[in-house]
Amino acid sequence: MTGEQIIFLITAGFTLGSGFMVVTTRNLVHAALWLVSTLFGVAVLYALMNANFIAVVQVVVYIGAIAILFIFAVMLTRKDLRENTPQINKNWWAGALLAALVFAGLVFLLQGWSGFSKTGSALPSDFDAVGMLGEALVSPNAYVLPFEVASVLLLAALVGAVYVAFNKK
Amino acid sequence: MNFWNDPLKIAADWMEGIFVGWGMDAVLAHVLVAFLGVFLLIAILMVVDIFLVWVERKVVARFQDRLGPNRLGPFGLIQPFADIIKLIIKEDTTPGGADKVVYNLAPILSMMSVLILWAVVPIAPVMLGVDLNVGVLFLIAAGAIGTLSIIMAGWSSNNKFALIGGFRQVAVMVAFEVPMLTMLLVPTIFASSMNMNDIIQGQGNLWYFALSPLGALIFLVAAIAELGRAPFDLAEGESELVSGFNIEYSGMKFGMFYAGELLHAMTFGGIWAILFFGGYRFFGLEQVSPFLAIPIFLFKALIGYWIIMWVRYTMMRIRIDQMLVFNWVFLTPLSFVLLMVTALMNALLKDASLWIYGLGMFLSNVVVGWIALEIARSVSRKQRESVEGPKNLAEAPH
Repeated sequence: MTGEQIIFLITAGFTLGSGFMVVTTRNLVHAALWLVSTLFGVAVLYALMNANFIAVVQVVVYIGAIAILFIFAVMLTRKDLRENTPQINKNWWAGALLAALVFAGLVFLLQGWSGFSKTGSALPSDFDAVGMLGEALVSPNAYVLPFEVASVLLLAALVGAVYVAFNKK
Repeated sequence: MNFWNDPLKIAADWMEGIFVGWGMDAVLAHVLVAFLGVFLLIAILMVVDIFLVWVERKVVARFQDRLGPNRLGPFGLIQPFADIIKLIIKEDTTPGGADKVVYNLAPILSMMSVLILWAVVPIAPVMLGVDLNVGVLFLIAAGAIGTLSIIMAGWSSNNKFALIGGFRQVAVMVAFEVPMLTMLLVPTIFASSMNMNDIIQGQGNLWYFALSPLGALIFLVAAIAELGRAPFDLAEGESELVSGFNIEYSGMKFGMFYAGELLHAMTFGGIWAILFFGGYRFFGLEQVSPFLAIPIFLFKALIGYWIIMWVRYTMMRIRIDQMLVFNWVFLTPLSFVLLMVTALMNALLKDASLWIYGLGMFLSNVVVGWIALEIARSVSRKQRESVEGPKNLAEAPH
């Protein structure tokens, strides 16, 4: 086992464990904090794949903005931070079955893929991932249209949120 | 390559050679040496931090026309060590009803969010932790951990003042992250790289402060807000919240917050120097030896730190609503406009000579700043008139 595999296994276990705690802990703020550690684990996985930009953006957006927003929402809207309702309902077996099926299907699909058992080749030292990503986002041959559509969607959501929250005199 | 040009690499190779000579695996030795390097950097930073306590107390004393610590040792230099002994032997209290794990984790995360910044700070041309191609964004990511530590401290203390302080601080930090991130993109445009070292290398001819003085100013304001120092220290607000988010912490846990804040201030001074004042560059002296580059960088960082202290001990605390209006209505739109103007000017003047490029950038900054101030002035005049009624300018003041 290489060092990278060991780090991957530790990170994956940490992420899964944190994710499990998110849905099982009774305290909502603790759930939000476990969510932060889950998201951090995902960021580490990105960093392991040499996707520095995505890893850093994961921390900035998910931990810096979304998790903080969750914590705020939980703190400001709930009087009692403990959840006393049952955590599973009677459809739990359907959910478990679906999850198992999706996992099995993904494993089945990936096993047919030739790159499944290959180790990744080392990137050349002058590989400019950030530059390539930036160019792909604004290049008409690549992702300029989805990028712009997503921007317009976010802007519309922003304007809508401001309109809903705006206090008409 | 000899010791004077790249001391860290030479030392690391030497250590690795010793470890391998003891029969250790080469990869393991490499990892161990890397860990030792991190340990060494953190140890040095913590020692610097001890002296920052002294610097802070001495400087605030001068601003307030006092002497500051002067009993222990020459110029009171031993005072911070006495403070540390006091902090360590103080009773470590945990408030009743506190969330123990979160409560104890918060000061550690607070300190960590500062120390982790140094992973991407180039202290000298060859001395930096990680040559990260998104170094600039990394600063914001580390800030996110700092925000998290404060909300954790505020919530887990089970104290309403701590919670209010935490809320306020997070409101400030989340708000001022926007102009800060926007202003981080200005040096990125000039250097066409997000790498800290590339940004310093790009300032060979001209500091980016000369190209974008307004950008440097907005970054400084956002950095002070991010630090939670006056005039943005409403999270601590002694007169209303006693001590804000760290009210329940005692002993070294409080010390972690306090020392973290001081080191954070100096770190932001250093980052300000890197982004806008050429970092370790000073008339080619940094090429001579890293041993010259480190003092240059430290000197610039301390000047930035001194300016942050200067602002802190001169300005009054502002209210939360004023702070939010100042950020969302004035600073954020201004930084967006400045970013767009900078990008546009960069595209227009890319092929021009350095003089025309620099002059164009500088003038566009001046124009943007002037227009923003004029708009702010006319808006505030209208607000004043709506409250006080129109002022008769012809009337002489009483």
